[in-house]
Amino acid sequence: MDTFFQLLLSGIAQGCVYGLVAIGFVLIYKATEMVNFAQGDIMMLGAFITITLINHLNWNYFLAVVTVIGAMGLFGLTLERVLLRRMIGESPFAVLMATIGLGFVLRSVAGMIWGHDSQSILTPYTNIPPLRFGEVVFPVADVVVVGATVVLCGLTFLFFRYTRFGVAMQATSQNQLAASYVGISVKRVVGVSWALAAAFAAIAGILLLPLKSAYPHVGLVLGIKAFAAAIVGGFGSLPGAMIGGLAIGLVEIFTKYWIDDIVQFSVSETSVYILLLLMLIVRPSGIFTSMQRKKV
Amino acid sequence: MRFVLKTDYHRDSGLFRDRVQFSWYAALFIFVLCLPIVSGTYVESQLTTVFMWSIAGAGLMILVGYTGLISLGHAAFLSVGAYTHAIMLDLGVPMFVSIPLAMVLCSALGVVVSIAALRMTGIYLAIATLAFAMIVEKIVKNWSAVTGGNAGFKVAPPELFGWELDSTAYYYFCLLVLTVVMLCVSNLLRAPTGRAFIAVRDSEISAQAMGINLLKTKALAFAVSAALTGLAGTLLGYQWHYLFPDSFSMLTSIQLLMLVIIGGLGSMSGVVFGAIFITLLPDGIATVREWLPDSIGNLPGLEPLTFGFLLILVLIFEPLGINGRWQKMRLFFSQFPLYRNKTLKRQKSFLRTERVH
Repeated sequence: MDTFFQLLLSGIAQGCVYGLVAIGFVLIYKATEMVNFAQGDIMMLGAFITITLINHLNWNYFLAVVTVIGAMGLFGLTLERVLLRRMIGESPFAVLMATIGLGFVLRSVAGMIWGHDSQSILTPYTNIPPLRFGEVVFPVADVVVVGATVVLCGLTFLFFRYTRFGVAMQATSQNQLAASYVGISVKRVVGVSWALAAAFAAIAGILLLPLKSAYPHVGLVLGIKAFAAAIVGGFGSLPGAMIGGLAIGLVEIFTKYWIDDIVQFSVSETSVYILLLLMLIVRPSGIFTSMQRKKV
Repeated sequence: MRFVLKTDYHRDSGLFRDRVQFSWYAALFIFVLCLPIVSGTYVESQLTTVFMWSIAGAGLMILVGYTGLISLGHAAFLSVGAYTHAIMLDLGVPMFVSIPLAMVLCSALGVVVSIAALRMTGIYLAIATLAFAMIVEKIVKNWSAVTGGNAGFKVAPPELFGWELDSTAYYYFCLLVLTVVMLCVSNLLRAPTGRAFIAVRDSEISAQAMGINLLKTKALAFAVSAALTGLAGTLLGYQWHYLFPDSFSMLTSIQLLMLVIIGGLGSMSGVVFGAIFITLLPDGIATVREWLPDSIGNLPGLEPLTFGFLLILVLIFEPLGINGRWQKMRLFFSQFPLYRNKTLKRQKSFLRTERVH
C-alpha cells in the first residue's frame, strides 16, 4: 500500500509535467487549429536556458524562473510572427510538418549550444528532506511540481473566466470571424496564445529539471506523450489536457512497476501509446468532447 | 511551347503525355542503365540508395500525396518488411518468396491500421500512426529472441536462384524493382482506383457522394502504401547488412515524409527528386563542412538543422517541392517572354475547421 501511494505521487508529478505541455498544445490548437509538434522542444529550450542562468551565470532561482518564463513567452510570440503567421491558410498537414521542422532546428541548435550531455540544476528545495507520512516518503520535488501545477491551473481558470483578454481568447477560439467582427484583434489573440503556450512549456521544463535531467532530445518523446495526454483529454479542452496528462503519467508508472515484472517484457515503454491508440479507436474525441464531426 | 493534339479520349489518361516525353524517359532509363559501366562504385551505391528510397517514397506518396492521409509512422512498415525478410532469409526461404511474403505481411498490417484510420482524419490519424510506429519499434527492440534486439540482426547477402548478386548486379536489381513499382503505381493512379484515391484526398464528402466506398479506398491505399514501403525495407536490409531497431525510429518516418514533401506532394517524379535530395544532402553537408571554419563546420547536428530549415523553407515558399519548382521552370522557358509570375500563384484557403460553429 505504501508503494501504491508513492507511485501515485510520482505518477501525478510526472503527469503534471505532461499536462502542462499538453495545455500548450491545446491553447494553440484552440486559438488557431494548428498543431504545434515542437511544444516539447520549446520546453527543452526553457529548461536549458534555466540551466544556463542558474549554473553558469549564478542567478537566483526565482529570478531565473521569472526571466525564463518571460523570455520563452517572447520566444513564442516571435515564433508566431516569423513562422506560423505565414502558414495561416495552409493545410493542417503543412503546419504540422513545419513545426516538426522547427523541432529539428531547436534540437540541433540546443545540441550545438549546450552539448548532448544530460544536465540538471540545484533548486532551493533540492536539499530539503522528503516529507514522511508513516512509511510513505514524498520527495519534495514531486510535491512542488504538483503544487505549482495546481496554482497554475487556478490562475489559468481565473484568467479565462474573469479577464477581458481571457474572454476574448475564448471568443476567438469559438469563432474567429465573429470575434473579429466584435472588435477583437484576432492576430494579437493568436500571438498571445503562442506566447502563453511557450510560457507553459517553459514552466513544465523548469519543473521537470529536478525530476529528470535535460538533454536536447528530452522534448521529443515527452512531447509525444504530452500530445497523447491532450488527445486523451479531448483535444481542445484545457481541463481535459490536465486530466489526460495525469492519466498518462499514472498509466506509465503503474505499468512500469506492476506489469513489467509479471510479464518480463517492457510494457511500460509502450503503454502510453497503447492507451493512445485505444483512445483513438474507441473514443477519438477524447474524454471531454469539444469537437463534433464536420458537416457539409 | 508544345501543344498536344488529342484525337481520342485514351490519350488523356495515357502514361506519357506524348512521344517527346516518352523518349525523354526512355533516354533517362538508358542513361541509368549504362551508368555503372562508366561510373565508380560510389555513384553506383548512391544511386542504389536513391532507388530504394524512391520505392519507399512511392509508397508514402500514394498515401500522403494522393489519398491525403498523413502517416507519421511509415518507418514501422519499413522495419516490419526488413525484419520479416531478414528472418525468412535466415530460415532458408529464397528471396523471391520472402520479399512478396514480407510485402503481404506489411499490407495486412496496413489494413489493420487503416481500420482505425477510417474513424480519424488529419492530425488524429498522424498521431495514431505515430503511436503504432512507436509500439512496433519497442516490440522490435524488446523481442530480442526473434529480432536480435539492440544487438542487431544480420541480413544474408542477396541471392537469386543460387547466384549471389554483387553491388552492380544489385544496382540493376533495384533499378528493375523501381521501374516495375513506378509503372505499377502510375498505372494504378490513372485507373479508377487511383482516381478514387485522389477524389478522397480532395474531398471525402464529395467522394462519398460519387459512390466511392471510403473504407475500402482508404484500406486499399494503406495496403498498397505499406506493401511498397515494406518492399523498400527488404531492399534496404540488403544494403545495410545489419538491421537495428534504431534504424527505423520516428526520425526515419519523418525523413520519409520530408522526402515526399521536399520532392513535391502529388507527383511521382517528386518522389525521385526527393529521394535524390535525401541521399545527396548528407554528402552535400560534408562538402560544405570543409569550407566552413572549424568552429562551425565541426559542430554535430548540422545535418538535422539543415533538414529542419529546408523543410520549413520549402513549406513556406514552395509547397509543391522540387517538382513544383521544376514545372515552373519548364513553363517559364517554354513560354519564354510571356511567362507571368502570377500564372501558378497558389490560392490560400480559409482556415479550415473541424469544429461546428
